[in-house]
Amino acid sequence: MTEPAATEPARTGPARTGPARTGPARTGPGATAGRYVGARVQRLEDPRLLTGRGSYIDDHTVPGMLHAAFVRSPVARGGISSVDVSAARAMPGVAAVFTMEDFREICRPTFSTIIGRDAVTPPLRPLADGDVRFAGDPVAIVIAQSRYLAEDAAEAVDLDLEPMPPVLDIETGLATGILVHPETGSNVAAAISAPADDERVFGGAAHVVTETVAQHRYVAVPMEGRGLVASWEPGRGELTIWAATQAPHEMRSYCARMLGLPEHRVRVVMGDVGGGFGQKMFVTREEMAVVLASYRLGRPVRWIEDRAENLLAGGHARQEQATISMATDRDGRLLAARVRHLENVGAYSVPGTGSVGGGVAAFFPGPYRLPLLSFANQAVYTNTCGRCAYRGPWLFETVAREQMMDIVARAIGMDPLDLRRVNVITDDDLPYTSATGVRYERISPAKTLEQAAGLIGYDAFRREQAAARADGRYLGVGLSLYVEPIQTRGPLGSEGAILRIDPTGEITLIMGTASHGQSVETTMAQIVADVLGCEPASIAFIQGDTAIAPWGPGTGGSKSAVIAAGAAQLVAERMRDKLLRVAGHVLEVAADDLELSGGGVHVRGDPEARVSLGQLAEAAYLNPAALPADIEPGLLTTARSVAPPLVLANACHACTVEVDVHTGVVRILRYVVSEDCGPMINPMVVEGQIAGGVAQGIGGVLYEHMVYDGDGNPLTTTFMDYLLPTACEVPDVGYGHVVTPADTPGGYKGVGEGGAIGSPPAVINAVADALAPLGARITGTPLGPAQVLAAVAAAAPD
Amino acid sequence: MAEHQLEVTVNGRAVTAMVEPRLTLADFLRERLRLTGTHLGCEHGVCGACTVLADGAAIRSCLVFAIQMRGSAVTTVEGLTPEGGGLSDVQEAFRAEHGLQCGFCTPGFVVSVTAWLADHPDPTAEAIREGLSGNLCRCTGYQGIVRAVAAAAAARARREAGHD
Repeated sequence: MTEPAATEPARTGPARTGPARTGPARTGPGATAGRYVGARVQRLEDPRLLTGRGSYIDDHTVPGMLHAAFVRSPVARGGISSVDVSAARAMPGVAAVFTMEDFREICRPTFSTIIGRDAVTPPLRPLADGDVRFAGDPVAIVIAQSRYLAEDAAEAVDLDLEPMPPVLDIETGLATGILVHPETGSNVAAAISAPADDERVFGGAAHVVTETVAQHRYVAVPMEGRGLVASWEPGRGELTIWAATQAPHEMRSYCARMLGLPEHRVRVVMGDVGGGFGQKMFVTREEMAVVLASYRLGRPVRWIEDRAENLLAGGHARQEQATISMATDRDGRLLAARVRHLENVGAYSVPGTGSVGGGVAAFFPGPYRLPLLSFANQAVYTNTCGRCAYRGPWLFETVAREQMMDIVARAIGMDPLDLRRVNVITDDDLPYTSATGVRYERISPAKTLEQAAGLIGYDAFRREQAAARADGRYLGVGLSLYVEPIQTRGPLGSEGAILRIDPTGEITLIMGTASHGQSVETTMAQIVADVLGCEPASIAFIQGDTAIAPWGPGTGGSKSAVIAAGAAQLVAERMRDKLLRVAGHVLEVAADDLELSGGGVHVRGDPEARVSLGQLAEAAYLNPAALPADIEPGLLTTARSVAPPLVLANACHACTVEVDVHTGVVRILRYVVSEDCGPMINPMVVEGQIAGGVAQGIGGVLYEHMVYDGDGNPLTTTFMDYLLPTACEVPDVGYGHVVTPADTPGGYKGVGEGGAIGSPPAVINAVADALAPLGARITGTPLGPAQVLAAVAAAAPD
Repeated sequence: MAEHQLEVTVNGRAVTAMVEPRLTLADFLRERLRLTGTHLGCEHGVCGACTVLADGAAIRSCLVFAIQMRGSAVTTVEGLTPEGGGLSDVQEAFRAEHGLQCGFCTPGFVVSVTAWLADHPDPTAEAIREGLSGNLCRCTGYQGIVRAVAAAAAARARREAGHD
């Protein structure tokens, strides 16, 4: 396998102009040259994680802690005739067994902040209440001295169910009179019905191509499942929750509302978190139940989700389909698209209905000049595990559109690269307002398309492909372009930072982020270190403790570099200014003549005339009377950064595959990504984020398939059945970087989700391209050997 | 449930404990000895996060009972870490090559790779991927992990050559 060389970042696009919105640009006294920002700085997180000294939720113990296990529904839908917990309560070591009856009086209505108090949601109940609505629905929670004893007792709970026919798919959900949630009156959880008037355009088009593409159910699968320790202390009237979460402040708000507690009586603390990918962004039913159990008992209760539970009930994703018509002129120019989009959101979706129809609609035009879009959507409840956020939750816009680009290209006899070239938004088009009203600026779809085509060696591959076909081998190439909106809307749009230098001169950065693999501890330290002229490793980073950290929307939605970086930059600049003023006093020099370096301040042009941070801190704290009246004692700065109205990242993925038409096995030959996330704080981290997303896309398309049988029983609740890609299935990924700064401090855009957004259609299109000579139609996923063989067989029925 | 006496060496230290027969080695290490570097990612022997060494061989500590380790020498990720601080060569390579993100699967990889490199001192790129295929990572796409194994092997080879 040849690995394309990573290209050096080519600084393209407009230079950053004007002052950043959240503070002064990096100029002026004490500005540093960016010694760490932009460099492949090794991570500060790594030494503890590599040596087994991380602190994950399952490592956290609290004196007197009890352990929880859930009793879950074995059927997809049914009435609960009785739940007899008496035998379980009598088992050794059992402290309590609770059902919904035990929580009814204490569990108040609550809501996820991002969707608001009045949003439509499935019924919000921690445990099943009278009936069960999916296989895995938690019915009772057993609390015991150990997990072993809790599971023993869970076995002894006598659950008498009356099974009823379930609603499992979208079509049934729309047609049947059976309601997943009788309270809602309909299985339609959410809908968009505002088709634009497109008949005239379609009628006059040279080509109209229609296809239905489907995306199957696959899931986030963080290596660490969900988990928490909740501790209600009645004497102090305080609730403390240690949790594997992506959003500690959201968990605090949610649980405070649920129990009717003032928020400052609830403290949520995260330690190291073993991945989330969206699944740990919102509070889920089991977490509610554990908190309620602790509240009832007045004792700490721990629940650590096991893998079977995580696959069964941890939140599912991705199951969507759309019938799409695309109209083009004679030369392949897009004229209009008509999209009828359907989603299976399961039973207890989070947050709200789990529908992503709005996002799919807004970004369906993607990186192309598409003048008209008619979009309609229905999200449908079913008796399956509820939808949760998963890396690029709305990515079906890209998955569907990029497949259609290839389907249209084949239908009208154009090469997929050429069709994209005809339609892709170029620098000359910008600023551009899409058919859905999104204003595009500071993006580079055409540049990433050409860079990716170059990196994959598109033209040479076409020749190689032709030669291979002559030998009876089926190679294919797939392209995928996207424009990603960084998730900064509403309450997600600001981040806070506190920077403290203590009397010893040691620096602590405290942020509202909740990094769980994204390397935020390192990247924020890089930013602060450059401003203060110190080493990143000299900065202690605290996040994820609501008692200490400024309010933050959590880590997810590709937004850390966009907003948190701005907060880190601004809080450091404020500290730099303060340090220079204190140093001016100590050295008796004007602050303008000073600069920061090497963990201290020196006179510009005279490195010997310097004071250390320790000396400055001493002056600032320990001898306040000597400070001038206009300098407040102490070294503490705060900042809050606000995102611009819209930040867009973009990329192009390209991959080549070989399909074995006798076994149905798809092998990826090469994979490249040309991305534009603006300037990179740490290219190593950027590439790591991309690669992780790419692996999840490859896994989703080729290996991972969450399957229910016809009765709604999940068939894939172990890693023997739900297949994650290993090192043998993920090829080397090559990178190209296009750098178009955003309108953010530092110009940074987001990169966390993009890899997962771009990769599925690149792989799908490559498989379809490989099989095109056989006449095989590929219209979605999964693309395991069985599906590939079926597509080949359907094309050649003999 | 009746308890049985277990005598085992863990990270070079002799340990004696009374354990239930059903207590897994992973839970024994994590909960009784507080060696929490050994992680549980699936508890059915696929993900490899719980990998430890038993008499030098990599095993899944979720699939064996603690009592089965009677008389054995068990090494966990904590035991592979240099005592005076710092990182082993494998750990150092993972850091240099960004072979970890959330870090949850990482101890299992470090232990597996340490055992595997001892048997495969000069691996090809393909062999490295095969060698890693018993451990799952959900964050990195294995890019940095594959590079780290190659880098650690190459560094060892250079050190060997230097000693010759």
